[in-house]
Amino acid sequence: MEKTLKLSSQNLNFYYGTVQALHDISLDFYSNHVTALIGPSGCGKSTFLRCINRMNDLIPETKVDGKIIFDGQDIYAHSLDVVLLRKRIGMVFQKPNPFPKSIFENVAYGLKVNGIRDKRLISETVEESLIKSALWDEVKDRLYESALSLSGGQQQRLCIARALAVSPEILLMDEPASALDPIATQKIEDLILQLKELYTIIIVTHNMQQAARVSDFTAFFYMGKLIEMDDTETLFTRPKLKQTEDYITGRFG
Amino acid sequence: MIIFKRQTTEKTMQWLFFTIAAASIVILIMIMIFLFIEGIPIFKKISIINFIFGKYWYPTSSPPDFGILPLITASIVVTFLSSLIAVPLGVMTAIYLSEIASTTMREIVKPVVEMLAALPSVVIGFFGMVVFAPFLQETFDIATGLNMFNASIMLAFMAIPTICSISEDAISSVPKTLKEASLSLGATHFETITRVVLPAALSGITTGVILGMARVIGETMVVLMVAGGAALMPSSIFDPVRPMPASIAAEMAEAPFRGDHYFALFATGIVLFIFTFAFNMIADYISNKYKQSGERV
Repeated sequence: MEKTLKLSSQNLNFYYGTVQALHDISLDFYSNHVTALIGPSGCGKSTFLRCINRMNDLIPETKVDGKIIFDGQDIYAHSLDVVLLRKRIGMVFQKPNPFPKSIFENVAYGLKVNGIRDKRLISETVEESLIKSALWDEVKDRLYESALSLSGGQQQRLCIARALAVSPEILLMDEPASALDPIATQKIEDLILQLKELYTIIIVTHNMQQAARVSDFTAFFYMGKLIEMDDTETLFTRPKLKQTEDYITGRFG
Repeated sequence: MIIFKRQTTEKTMQWLFFTIAAASIVILIMIMIFLFIEGIPIFKKISIINFIFGKYWYPTSSPPDFGILPLITASIVVTFLSSLIAVPLGVMTAIYLSEIASTTMREIVKPVVEMLAALPSVVIGFFGMVVFAPFLQETFDIATGLNMFNASIMLAFMAIPTICSISEDAISSVPKTLKEASLSLGATHFETITRVVLPAALSGITTGVILGMARVIGETMVVLMVAGGAALMPSSIFDPVRPMPASIAAEMAEAPFRGDHYFALFATGIVLFIFTFAFNMIADYISNKYKQSGERV
């Protein structure tokens, strides 16, 4: 598949107070490809992911320098509308976090806050999003039940549907399967492979097999630094650096 | 030997704490029983219906009238009016503190709001009497500034800290992940507050509101000082009124011991107790019922 640059991080540094969590990260992401970010806990991969939709803005006393260019625009520029950015860059969180509302309302939420009033359009989009997230058959008869009545795996697919409903261009996934059992995990992984036809996906994962199964590119983070980035097959079979090799063969981390 | 000794200490401690806990509960129950023993005799003279719905409260004329409807009305209306003021102010302050204010601002404003709770009610009453009453009298050109409106405003001051601090706790305990989910979908901060945070915190906010109202309906000193004291059915918000606690406090000293007036005042106390008890039960029910759906995320 042809590679189109979608998003590119350029010399990104990130600080929690005085502690530097990310060092000089430069990384490119391509349209309709899945990029996995791997590395041990605390290596900065989640922090980096949350820089992409500026979710770290919520944490007081953090500082960013460097650039993240999305469609030719620096997302940290002063003139940028963060709300609009987050609509274009969706996110799925580590623990399923559906709103304590009905299944339908969960998916419709993003549409409503983005000013869509047309009831028919809303229900069409809800259905479409639930179909895309492979949840429709399981919930079509109970759309108005509480989202909290779903199982963990279903809740996570609901969160994916909710993110898809606002038609983002990029989907950020922060260990989306880490709280799920193997069957639910497999469903999420199958889903990721389908979704990359339509979206650019960046996924943080602890699970190296998962990275190997779903991603086209893999970036290895360690201690807040990007150690190595390559297409997934090369990184897992012929890593250039010893540090990467040690990690993927389970010798540390 | 050592094992035996340790068990004895455990047992002793358990008994000690049980006795202390039991003592305070028993004393409270005894006060309640006393309230009923001293109040019920009035119903030999007047039926419960006539007592509660009687429109005239002339306990010292002969024959006396023991109808507490004006007192109940006064309590309810004053509570309602003060909630009308205190709920929006308290809840909005809570939203500001937990969602909008910077850390420094919160550290300044929160203790100030809580200090308002520490103001003795007599001070609030004094303020209402000396500052606010003359102001009302002049501004609206009314006979007296000591009236239902004044009492409602002063009581609102007393309810705001309760409502605000309980609501603030409820709002702050809404999981951060829910807010992040909302923001990540392109919702603004304001939409996130109104559509996600407030609904999730609603049970806690309601609890705060009801406890604030319970505080208002039971408050004595403020209404005694600023409500005006007339045991009449009010026809405007600028009429002087006599809520139940004010009536009890003002008349108890002069009511002959174990006379009809005395019994009637205790019976008023029973009615008041039922009101506050109901408020607390509702608050308890709401906070329990909706607790799990709020936390299970």
